[in-house]
Amino acid sequence: MDDLKQIARETRKDIIQMIELAGSGHPGGSLSCVEIIVALYYKIMRHNPKNPKWPERDRFILSKGHAVPTLYSVLSRKGYFPREWLWKLRKAGNPLQGHPHLLSTPGIEASTGSLGQGLSIANGMALAGKLDNKDYRVYAIIGDGEIGEGAIWEASMSSKRYKLDNLCAILDHNGLQIDGSIQEIKDPYPLKPKWEAFGWEVLEVNGHNFDELLTAFSEAKNIKNKPTMIIANTVKGKGVSFMENDILWHGKAPNHEQVEQALKEIENG
Amino acid sequence: MAELKSLRDTYGETIVELGKSNPNIIVMDADLSFSTRTHHFKEAIPDRFFNLGVAEADMMGTAAGLASCGKTVFASTFAVFATGRAWDQVRLGIVYSKLNVKIVASHSGIEVGEDGYSHQAIEDIALMRVLPAMRVIVPCCANQTRAVIRFVAREQGPFYVRLIKHSLPMLYPENMEFKLGQATMLKEGKDITIGAIGSMVPRTLEAHEILKTKGINARVIDFASVKPIDETAIKQACDETRGFITCEDHTTAGGLGDAVSQVILAHHPIPHLRIGIQGTFGESGASQDLYEKHGLTANHIVEKAEKLLKY
Repeated sequence: MDDLKQIARETRKDIIQMIELAGSGHPGGSLSCVEIIVALYYKIMRHNPKNPKWPERDRFILSKGHAVPTLYSVLSRKGYFPREWLWKLRKAGNPLQGHPHLLSTPGIEASTGSLGQGLSIANGMALAGKLDNKDYRVYAIIGDGEIGEGAIWEASMSSKRYKLDNLCAILDHNGLQIDGSIQEIKDPYPLKPKWEAFGWEVLEVNGHNFDELLTAFSEAKNIKNKPTMIIANTVKGKGVSFMENDILWHGKAPNHEQVEQALKEIENG
Repeated sequence: MAELKSLRDTYGETIVELGKSNPNIIVMDADLSFSTRTHHFKEAIPDRFFNLGVAEADMMGTAAGLASCGKTVFASTFAVFATGRAWDQVRLGIVYSKLNVKIVASHSGIEVGEDGYSHQAIEDIALMRVLPAMRVIVPCCANQTRAVIRFVAREQGPFYVRLIKHSLPMLYPENMEFKLGQATMLKEGKDITIGAIGSMVPRTLEAHEILKTKGINARVIDFASVKPIDETAIKQACDETRGFITCEDHTTAGGLGDAVSQVILAHHPIPHLRIGIQGTFGESGASQDLYEKHGLTANHIVEKAEKLLKY
């Protein structure tokens, strides 16, 4: 577990430095899903960085595509592509797009960034797995602001209709969207009963606690005939005191002094 | 008059034929399977048919997911919903990733008739044409539809195939081969060129006959492959005839008219008149009445041809 915590620290440092160098990006929502993505790629998912298109691999969809610095950091650390690529994020002519693009970057499974699309794509992959009698699993992170998109609920009904028990979605519940709290903007609460009413098995965890995340992912594997939603309660900007729970850090790059402070805090966190 | 045959019936039959020999083919619909004729596939191969309900955006996203796992996906609904309602999913989920999804949409154009503007896709070609990597095909008879469906099933990547509600006369032989990016000269002519797609092709052929009686020799070209468009055929027409008319059941903005215009302008400008919906909405009415109102008739094409030759 200490290893995972250290990897999470390193990932957070990557995120801050990538966004600083890019001069733009989304630190808040990237920092809130670090533990989720680290847990998946280091402990849960069956995948092979040397063979990103391995047909038997588990699939991961980042439906909240703006958090892609987290995914890029983890993919590079896992060996999908060189770490140098990270420092060219969002720069013209480079492979790391500002939002995930299937054809630009090894390890990226779907093009996302326009919110509300990833769950349908994940359903398609899960359906293909069932059709082909493959036992791979599909994971998708969706944002809590993102569920304001109706397409998420269209997809949620399909996941239930087709009994996609090879699908596990994770709701990054950091409570904030660009313009304010999710409660004051659109109020999607109550979350758990809503997803349950749509036919999903719903688990709730502290999204920064590896024990809880790993337990929930294991539990989800044993749930049959329906999809699982893990509501991961998280903190937007987690690990950097001045970014935590502040909507101003949804989509802004830190300046050099802020980066210095952020890296120090992450190191000591 | 040649035998009338439904393009969507042929689509339904063809995907069954393809699905039987290719286990990778998946067919999806959004609660319109009886209208789009995908229900034939559902009856023949139920395991590989998915009805996503009244949720076109979800259907396109799911199609992207299936295609990324190696499936060849046919996704069907009415043209207005396939291209308008789900445009973002088509743009980002499917086309940006060059996924193997064939959007075959029925009920395009004001040809839909009585349902009115809400159901009349008159902007669909424009919406699909502007997407990089998207190919746009508009068949004009059942035999051509079969050839097109077989072609897109073989070819990798995204396609938009535009079908209509009503039947059209058979213009091509049963075993014709479809060639992407290649227009077909249906009538030779040296005075003027008339290019058309879909329902306007038979009307253009009719116009050709009327013009002949008036001593005007009109070249008639079927531009089924709207994108990529046959630039050579257009350039030749510019060199060999004195004017160009395009005819489509679609807004002239962004459709065949614009596609042809771009080539004409870059090459050797000759006068070009665009027949189609001229910046107005659709409305309820019988197809024939709406076609009269918007000038989508042989007589109107003749009138325009005569006018253009006087330039």
